Amino acid sequence: MLVFYLLRRIGVLCTMLFGLLCITFVIANVAPGDPAALAAGPNANPSMIETIRQEYGLDKPLPEQFVTYVSDILRGNLGRSISTSEPVAQQVATALPNSVELVLFAMAFAVVVGISLGVLSAVCRDTVIDHAVRLFSVSGIALPMFWFGLLLQLVFAVGLGWLPVSGRLGLVTTPPEPITHLLIVDALLRGQWSTAWEAFTYLLMPAFVLSFPTLASICRLTRAEMIETLSSDYVLGARAQGLGNYSIRIRHALRNAMLPVLAVIGLYYGWTLGGTALVETVFDWPGLGLLAVNSALMSDFKPVMAVTLIIGFNVMLANFIVDIAYAVLDPRLRRA
Amino acid sequence: MTASGHIEPSSKSLLSIDRLSVNFHTFEGKVSVLDEISLAIASGESVGIVGETGCGKSVLAKSVLGLLPSRTARYAGGGILWKGENLLRAPQRRLRRIRGAEIGMVFQDPMTFLDPLYTAGSYLLEAIVHRDEVNGRTSASHDRRGEAIALLGRLGLADPERIFDSYPGQLSGGMRQRILIAAAIVGRPRLLIADEPTTALDVTVQAQILHMISDLLTGDEMSLMLISHDLGVIASMCQRIVVMYAGTIVESGSKAAVLANPVHPYTRGLINAVPRLGYPQRTIKGIPGQIPNLLKPPQGCRFAARCALADSRCRTEAPTLERRGVSHEVACFHAEHADA
Amino acid sequence: MSEASAIEATATSADASENPRGVWREARRALWLLSRSFSSVVGLVIVAIFLVLAILGPYIVPYPGASTGNVDMSSMLLPPSMEHWFGTDDMGNDIFSRVVIGTRISLQIGLTITLGAAVIGVPLGIFSGYLGGNVRRVIMAFTDLFLALPSLVLAIPIVTVLGPGVTNATIALAIVWWPGYVRLVDSKALSLSKEPFVEAARAMGASTLRIVFRYMLPNCTSPLIVKASLDMGAAILAAAGLGFIGLGAKAPSPEWGAMLSVARGYLPTWWWFAVFPGLAIYVSVLGFNLLGDGLRDIFDPRTTSQ
Repeated sequence: MLVFYLLRRIGVLCTMLFGLLCITFVIANVAPGDPAALAAGPNANPSMIETIRQEYGLDKPLPEQFVTYVSDILRGNLGRSISTSEPVAQQVATALPNSVELVLFAMAFAVVVGISLGVLSAVCRDTVIDHAVRLFSVSGIALPMFWFGLLLQLVFAVGLGWLPVSGRLGLVTTPPEPITHLLIVDALLRGQWSTAWEAFTYLLMPAFVLSFPTLASICRLTRAEMIETLSSDYVLGARAQGLGNYSIRIRHALRNAMLPVLAVIGLYYGWTLGGTALVETVFDWPGLGLLAVNSALMSDFKPVMAVTLIIGFNVMLANFIVDIAYAVLDPRLRRA
Repeated sequence: MTASGHIEPSSKSLLSIDRLSVNFHTFEGKVSVLDEISLAIASGESVGIVGETGCGKSVLAKSVLGLLPSRTARYAGGGILWKGENLLRAPQRRLRRIRGAEIGMVFQDPMTFLDPLYTAGSYLLEAIVHRDEVNGRTSASHDRRGEAIALLGRLGLADPERIFDSYPGQLSGGMRQRILIAAAIVGRPRLLIADEPTTALDVTVQAQILHMISDLLTGDEMSLMLISHDLGVIASMCQRIVVMYAGTIVESGSKAAVLANPVHPYTRGLINAVPRLGYPQRTIKGIPGQIPNLLKPPQGCRFAARCALADSRCRTEAPTLERRGVSHEVACFHAEHADA
Repeated sequence: MSEASAIEATATSADASENPRGVWREARRALWLLSRSFSSVVGLVIVAIFLVLAILGPYIVPYPGASTGNVDMSSMLLPPSMEHWFGTDDMGNDIFSRVVIGTRISLQIGLTITLGAAVIGVPLGIFSGYLGGNVRRVIMAFTDLFLALPSLVLAIPIVTVLGPGVTNATIALAIVWWPGYVRLVDSKALSLSKEPFVEAARAMGASTLRIVFRYMLPNCTSPLIVKASLDMGAAILAAAGLGFIGLGAKAPSPEWGAMLSVARGYLPTWWWFAVFPGLAIYVSVLGFNLLGDGLRDIFDPRTTSQ
């Protein structure tokens, strides 16, 4: 049964990926305006536009363009940036690891702290702790990430001087030779402790800001689900058996409460990825989000498309993994 | 002005509930759920508590082990003595040692009372491990899995190995209830509290489960506190019957006394409401009316509003349990008129 | 039903059976229920205040000219004071006035996005859920695809293609938002279509349109109201986000996100420029969220509450 479910989900994933390609293609080509003019950039003159039109095959019929588009992407050709003349694939390759590092930290932090606070709040229901956590989580969801980032910069970087204001690494520090392309990991692997620490201090604020709405949402959801499971019949039965607090709260209540949380983790991951555009802008973090924003401001279309594709693909993959994990963890689904 | 018990806690009593009162604090106000309930269960005795939904019998069962929701329930008086120890004053740690090991409890709906994420086997193992910890044997000095499977077999489950590895959703209602009961008796408790154990099951399965519980009682010398709204179930299993209404005990005594000679109008109503095979055609009479609003409990007898015999004294003064015969008590001012 | 809740039910059943129903009574009851939750009242008050500011803003601010971008270099970048509660910006304009006037813009954007998304999404959802079959499969496949992409990730390329600006940002966000409404309404319509009263109406020959308007739509209103309220907050936030990165409203418009974008260049010395517009975004979103949560608790109370 699990195998069939897996196959079905893979099929859905492939369809969705295809749909993603369609959407990006449609946005690029069916939008009002001349796609060639768009690709040529705002400073192009008519003859340049014509050259671009021929070079990119924009005079060919749409279905043919789509095929070219897909095959290009599959071969790794993402086009060329107008503003920097770099191949987009190159830009993406440089920016991707930075975003990965940021998002990984943010999600890990959000999940660990969010669940812990949610459990704490549910177990200490109606106490001061509970009210404080609820206040925190409600306001956290409403907090604009970009504003929060600015405030933190004001307080911690400028005011207290504890953390660097922006950027990925100090200007005079040499980054380690890449292995995983994740700065902190590479620095640790190469034994460059001070570089690793410095990279960490740069990561701290942006990752915290990025994690915040997700943290607050997870906290809130965990609390609600824990309260529900703590008042369930099987918990009452466990108490009647004389089981201790750890067994009841963690083995039974939390494990059941985690399933609905797992179900939305994919969604939260998507939010976080979307939020990189805002956070990376505030902190000058050289990741995919900043690439997309800078390119968008210059109407440089190809990098924006590439980032959309990558992030879209990533989110779909994440949702796929979550679905599979959910099926594995919940025995009730395996018989469906 | 309240019903007090004439049942003295004797040295033979395993469990003795003495004038227990419980209130629930809700948004609308304070609900008087149990009003000076007194009850005693001796070693090896099986007592049935019968009454309609809302009479407080489940609350009574849960309060023995301290399982009432702490946010709303308040103990307003009385005590619960287990082997002489007052459970209402016992710390949580002590209660946890008693639960499962000295007093076992089985609930109504095995589907919702089993964690759907764990196999039946792990459920049983949890109970076994708890018992071992209470007894001071923390290391796995014996084959716990084997013991669990043997226990499942003993309770009438065919293919216990497969059931050990099954999830609750894969098992039938009868199987699940057997698992719950198995876990409850793992610690060889002196008392088994069963709260509507067969209500959620089919009639045929019901009989099997009751039969199984009977065997366990004789085999292990266990006492039983059986709660049900079904008089038939109580009659088939218990030596003594306690009839509850709206948080009070209205009649109690040996099964023979209560069933053959019901005195309280409510008990008579209950018995009349049970359809019986083999008797001449008779309309089944229900008991008209509803249980009173326990936010503002009536001053007098709580059954007065639905009672054909109620007079002004019934409405202002609450009757207390009075002895009516050998092992038979009734709380009613019209007890004498009941002999028909 | 547990013993405890059975007891509670009988305790209150006497009262419930005596009250007649009526739409007006329902609304008052809803308001009363809302008032029992402190956070919901706070949300309602905040939203009401912002609504008033949006409508009356330009007429009640101390410096009405601040919105059109007068340049008054002599008052440039003054800290908060009695004359300028939030200080002045880089053009010498009173920030408080600009924030208040910006309320109208932000709320307008939020409303347009939410309404636009609903107008597209709700009919699609109802038809999808009611008609079922292949129609539903196609619509839901399309919807799921859009829903799989985070809002900003999809909005940024659309705005890039259309060109930066408030209108385009609003259009982009509405395009991103409508699938949520389809999903919500579809599931409701699907379960409703199986209800006996709908089958009865069908059997009596009611046209699809009539069934949709008479039976489906009214039953969807409460989840829609909740979603719309929560979406207002999210839409305002997203629009401000686009404004911040420069793809939405542009200076000298007093839109909060755009103001923040300019203010960023004046940190840390002239901090008030960035603090107050951001605070406005925060509080308004908070208000809509609290209100939405309160409404959700009324319309869909969980049985294990209290």
